[in-house]
Amino acid sequence: MRRIAAMLAAGALLLQAAPPVSAHAFLDHASPAVGSAVPSAPPAVTLWFTQNLEPAFSSVTVTNAAGQRVDLGNVRVPPGQPAELQVGLKPLAPGTYTVNWHVVSVDTHPTQGTFTFQVGNG
Amino acid sequence: MKPVLPRAIAAAAALLVAAPSAALAHGFAGQRFFPATILTDDPFVADEISLPTFTRPPTAPDGGNADDLDVDLSKRLTPNFGITMGRGWTYLQPKGAPAVTGFGPLQTGQQYQLFVNAPHEAIGLVGLDETWAHTGRVAALGAPDFTTLSPTFNFGKGLGDLPPSLPFLRPFAITGNLGFDVPLKAASAGLPNPDSFNYGFAFEYSFPYLECCVKDIGLRRPFSRLIPLVEVAFSTPIDRIPASRTVGTIQPGLIWSGQYVQIGAEAIIPASGATGHGYGVVVQLHFYLDDLFPNSIGKPVSEW
Repeated sequence: MRRIAAMLAAGALLLQAAPPVSAHAFLDHASPAVGSAVPSAPPAVTLWFTQNLEPAFSSVTVTNAAGQRVDLGNVRVPPGQPAELQVGLKPLAPGTYTVNWHVVSVDTHPTQGTFTFQVGNG
Repeated sequence: MKPVLPRAIAAAAALLVAAPSAALAHGFAGQRFFPATILTDDPFVADEISLPTFTRPPTAPDGGNADDLDVDLSKRLTPNFGITMGRGWTYLQPKGAPAVTGFGPLQTGQQYQLFVNAPHEAIGLVGLDETWAHTGRVAALGAPDFTTLSPTFNFGKGLGDLPPSLPFLRPFAITGNLGFDVPLKAASAGLPNPDSFNYGFAFEYSFPYLECCVKDIGLRRPFSRLIPLVEVAFSTPIDRIPASRTVGTIQPGLIWSGQYVQIGAEAIIPASGATGHGYGVVVQLHFYLDDLFPNSIGKPVSEW
C-alpha cells in the first residue's frame, strides 16, 4: 500500500513539476456540428479546440462534394479566443461539405482532422 | 523461381522512404489517436511514463496470488527512434507458504517507427526488447536467471477510411504485436526455457474519434475522452515444452485520455488453464511527457 501511495505521489509530483504549458489541440466541438445536418447555409465554420492555437500554422478549408473550395480563405483566430478557429463560407447550396483542419497548438504540437456536415437534404 | 532478395531489398527501401519525416509522439496517424494500451505494446515511439501500473493477476495454476506494481518509461532519442525501460515490484503469496516481495527483472527496449500512413490511419514499429538475467529476485520470486531477447513488430490501424456509409464503424481501431521470446539459456533449475511466439491485439472504439471526426453526439468531457477496448495477448511455446502450454489473457476495459494524463482499467480473464483461474484487475496511471514537458524532456534527445 505504501508503495502504491509513493508511486501515486510521484505521479502527482510529475504533474506539479510540469510548467503551465499547452498540449496537443483536440477538436472540442464545431459549428456546424461534426456530422450534423443544418437546414440553411451557415455563414462560417467555427472550430473550438482544447488548447490555444498558433494562428500562423493553423488552417481550415471547406470543400463541396466535387472537391471545390467553398470557404472564403479568411481563416482567423478571433481576438481573445485563442482556442478558436474560424473561416467564412460562400453561399452554400444544399449538399454535403467537408471541413479539413490542421492546427498547431502554442507549444508546437500539430494535430489534424476532417469531418462533414450537410446543408438541407443533401 | 522469382528472385526474392532484390524484391525484399526494394520493399525495405520503400519502407525506409515511407518512414515518417516528422513523428508526432503520442500515437497519432493522421487524425487517429491511438492511446497507450495496457496489455499490448504500443505501435509508436513516445515520451511517456506509466507511473504506476497496478496489477492483481488471476490466481496462478499453483494457487499463488500476487500484486504487481510497475513503472514503464518510453523516451524518444530521435523523432523516430526510442527506448523503453520497465521494472516491477511484486508481492507474492504462494499457496501454503509465507509471502515474499521483491523486484522483477529489468526490461529494456529499442524501437524504430517504421511507418505512419496518415490517410489510412496506419502505423508500424519494429523493436527489440530485452529481459535481463539476475536483475530481479531469482530464487524467491522466480525472476529469470537468463536474458531473453524479444524482437517485435507492433502495428495499429484505424478504420477511419471506411466509406461514409459506415459512419459508426469508423471510430474502431486495432493495434497489435507479433514477436518472439528467445531465451539465451535453454534451461534453468532443471526446467526448460522455451522459445515462444507472442501475439496480442487491442480492439478499440474511440469516442474522441466519434466526436471529432464522425458525428458529434453531444458527449462532453470527461465522457468524450473515453476509449472502451478489449485487449488479448498470448504466448505460445514453439520448442522445448508442448504448445498446449499457451498462456494468455483477455482484458476488457476503459481508457480515459486527457491532455496530460491517461487513466486505464481492465479486468483480467485467463484465456487458458495454464494461465490461471479466477479474475484479476489492472489499473494504470500514464503521463504524456511530450505534453507535460514539451520544451525539455518531452522532446526527442536529438532536439535538446
